Amino acid sequence: MSEMNRKTGIIGKKLGMTQVFAENGNVSVVTLIEAGPCAVIQVKTVERDGYAAVKLGFQEIIKTKRVNKPMKGMFDKISQKPHKLLREFRLNAAGSGNEQALKVGDVVTVAGFAVGDVVKVSGKTKGKGFQGVMKRHNYRGGPGSHGSMFNRAPGSIGASSFPSRVWKNTGLPGHMGAVRVTVSNLRVIDVKPEQNLLIIKGAVPGPTGNIVEITK
Amino acid sequence: MNLVTALEENFRREIPAFNIGDTLKIHVRVVEGDKERIQPYEGIVIARKGAGVREMVTVRKMSFGVGVERIFPIHSPIIKQIDVVRRGDVRKAKLYYIRHKKGKDAKIKEKAREIKKAAV
Repeated sequence: MSEMNRKTGIIGKKLGMTQVFAENGNVSVVTLIEAGPCAVIQVKTVERDGYAAVKLGFQEIIKTKRVNKPMKGMFDKISQKPHKLLREFRLNAAGSGNEQALKVGDVVTVAGFAVGDVVKVSGKTKGKGFQGVMKRHNYRGGPGSHGSMFNRAPGSIGASSFPSRVWKNTGLPGHMGAVRVTVSNLRVIDVKPEQNLLIIKGAVPGPTGNIVEITK
Repeated sequence: MNLVTALEENFRREIPAFNIGDTLKIHVRVVEGDKERIQPYEGIVIARKGAGVREMVTVRKMSFGVGVERIFPIHSPIIKQIDVVRRGDVRKAKLYYIRHKKGKDAKIKEKAREIKKAAV
């Protein structure tokens, strides 16, 4: 909560990865994200909701008959087109924010990002299924051969009479991936507002087509 | 993937057709301090890897008796020009075996027909 400069983020779709050349021949690995335009669906304030935030909608629903009645009612009330995805972004409490206040119906686009910005990207990672400790917790495992029977097993998971139990948070096999992860310190390489395209150096969570949130 | 390929196309450069075993002369832009010059690098293509603008080519030459291999991203902006000097007649896609050959064994036969065509 100590972050002083909270700005609204944007919702995007991961389009895939490629590489770009710099003028001096250096190669950067980049991710392309189709971000926005996102309509402001709701503005939450400290007085009414207890915290300040803005709710954005991404990907308009073309076939409006697919929208169920409660959702339709909600969108009709603010006279906005229905959107497939809604995400909330926390803001500074009113008054302390240094960007002009967003209103319902405003559109957030990639134009809010500039080349060189450092951003965070959050999204759901690829699911890896049930994995062992070597993949899931980077345990070292044992020798692969020479008669070793200790290959990929976790080994000892604790001491004996004390504590007579397994410590909490001991890494054990289990389900891996498909969790929300935030990658920080990613640099914006290029912004193309006419294509709603954000080009970011490095990798972002999830497969191509994944929905991600980009915040400054 | 449309926008991805569209972005890649921006970096695509005209590359002459060449194969494994060909001798290439690659003109590389070298920046030394604030000066810039073109340095040619000539050698045999022993591998091509990757596709599209991500393609890399390994070029091997003998420099004062020492084997030198440089790997170029062939669509890199530091490459000013690529000349095909000689067509090689080889039967493999990767010529890594040539690293262990010496003298005459390390030679690559010239492709007879294609050179004639080029001469006409």
